[in-house]
Amino acid sequence: MKLTLGPVLFNWPTPIWTDFYARIADEAPVERVVVGEVVCSKRSPFRTDVIAGVVERLERGGKEVALATLALPTLKREVAEIVETAEGGARLVEVNDVTALAAMAGRPHVVGPFLNVYNEDTLGELAALGASAVCLPPELPLGSIAAIAARRGNTDIEVLAFGRAPLAVSARCYHARAHGLSKDSCRYVCELDPDGLLVETLDGEAFLAVNGIETLAAGVSVLGPEVADLARVGVTRLRLSPHSCDMVAVIETYRDLADGRIDGAQLIARVAAQALPGAIVNGYVHGQAGAQRTLDAVWA
Amino acid sequence: MELVCPAGTPSALRTAVDAGADAVYCGFRDETNARNFPGLNFDAGEMCEGISYAHKHGAKVLVAINTFARAGATDVWHRAVEAAVAAGADALILADLGLLAWARRAFPEQRLHLSVQAAAATPLAIQFYVERFGVKRVVLPRVLTVTEIAAISAAVGCETEVFAFGGLCVMAEGRCLMSSYATGQSPNMHGVCSPAAHVQYRQEGTELAARLGGFVIDRYPAGRPAAYPTLCKGRFKVSGRAMHIFEDPTSLNALALLPDLQKAGVKALKIEGRQRGKAYLAATVTAFRAALDALAAGREPSASALAAFTEGGRETAGAYRKTWR
Repeated sequence: MKLTLGPVLFNWPTPIWTDFYARIADEAPVERVVVGEVVCSKRSPFRTDVIAGVVERLERGGKEVALATLALPTLKREVAEIVETAEGGARLVEVNDVTALAAMAGRPHVVGPFLNVYNEDTLGELAALGASAVCLPPELPLGSIAAIAARRGNTDIEVLAFGRAPLAVSARCYHARAHGLSKDSCRYVCELDPDGLLVETLDGEAFLAVNGIETLAAGVSVLGPEVADLARVGVTRLRLSPHSCDMVAVIETYRDLADGRIDGAQLIARVAAQALPGAIVNGYVHGQAGAQRTLDAVWA
Repeated sequence: MELVCPAGTPSALRTAVDAGADAVYCGFRDETNARNFPGLNFDAGEMCEGISYAHKHGAKVLVAINTFARAGATDVWHRAVEAAVAAGADALILADLGLLAWARRAFPEQRLHLSVQAAAATPLAIQFYVERFGVKRVVLPRVLTVTEIAAISAAVGCETEVFAFGGLCVMAEGRCLMSSYATGQSPNMHGVCSPAAHVQYRQEGTELAARLGGFVIDRYPAGRPAAYPTLCKGRFKVSGRAMHIFEDPTSLNALALLPDLQKAGVKALKIEGRQRGKAYLAATVTAFRAALDALAAGREPSASALAAFTEGGRETAGAYRKTWR
């Protein structure tokens, strides 16, 4: 089982973002790292000057880098940036929208969790278009994952194993709305929330988290005991999505699981000891509501 | 511009056609369409009869098979495509890449429309579907401004269709899993959002609590009318403050924007609401028919009283105006 560190989905201040990747480059036992902005193009200019250095440092650290693309491009400038990334050619690109898929024009790429890959026919289309890895949507139950992975051929199948699951994207910026601002004059208030802004029910129950135009789960998906089942049905990669907790420790824990040094229960205990932004959930892969947590065996 | 109207039932189809729909859209009674609600939709026989009725009255029928096929059971979606073609559908409305590819191979002559559930929002993405699957029309996601719609319509090699009235998805369509996070049932996989089977109303002291999948979506003091707990229209606490963080309960009404949409090159206008009743359908179709006829005759369409059919009696032009964002 290989590990992919997904892109930082949140608006971390540039020095923190850069330091994060420096530590990943030097210390984290992860094969692939996805770098770049997925949620909001207004954030990208702050990293223009540093991203090349981040990528080089990760590569010096032995990591394969994939360049992220936006999940919901609408502006001309955003499409132009995607085309530029796609035509850059030197590095792998992670596609998160059909816009980027079209821009890749058959060149090798990987597919992120924002593209709708719900069945083996769609996987076949994407493989024919040059996808070497596909991260499945977070809501798929194990049975669907198995049916897709059974037809994977040479395509890596990746599943989110750690992090708040991305649930939706919108034209509207909820961070701006929460602060009484508009998207165009947002003052970058999303920078205040390194793991997203918590949305609670009126009864104070943690429910969702907003991150600019993106909505995520408040619960943190953590798959531990399920990983053996995922491997058995043909999943070849686990995606770990960055949060403000000690991600090197999280990655090391998944590395220990992948290499057989610990079991799923030990993984859960170690991950739960980290400063997670929310409660652990695992419902989706069990065919339940995503917000559920079950200790049942995955096939039960 | 063509007026495309919802038909949740055979009787709604006849109502829409009689009220002046140029086309109706409908789906089969299963998980293959995005309005898989109890008591709605068509079986194969009803589809044939409905299409025959529409054709007799000069209207088209567009069949929505616009959920994402379940892995290991894609044949259910293939059979739906076959049944729609056999019934004489004027177009199929599809979203799933794999299903588009299958339909194009199996029925190269069949007209295909790209569903809003595919959320194709850029010329590049839309052209991909046009070139790869021969899509003849794209239903644009409700995230675009009129200016953006004009740019897209000019740039792509297919017709554009936009939503003109009805329930407003605030998220990019086909890219929202909030419902399954709370209930296990989602638009993409099951054709349902915030499903009724997971809704619970409970009187708690002086308040009525509306829950979805156990999560409180809103609380209503005595006297405030309770709405259906659609997740994205709920009231939640953010930084300790109660607010409609995603969207106020409101409906899209683009009636006033029809001249702009026509100038933007839009080919078809869609009314949402296959789950709505006959009164809604008759009123909205009649109002938009009159507005479109006025527009065609060079007159200003008159603003019509559709407020009774909007959520909470409130309406918005949604993302069509940039300030919504």
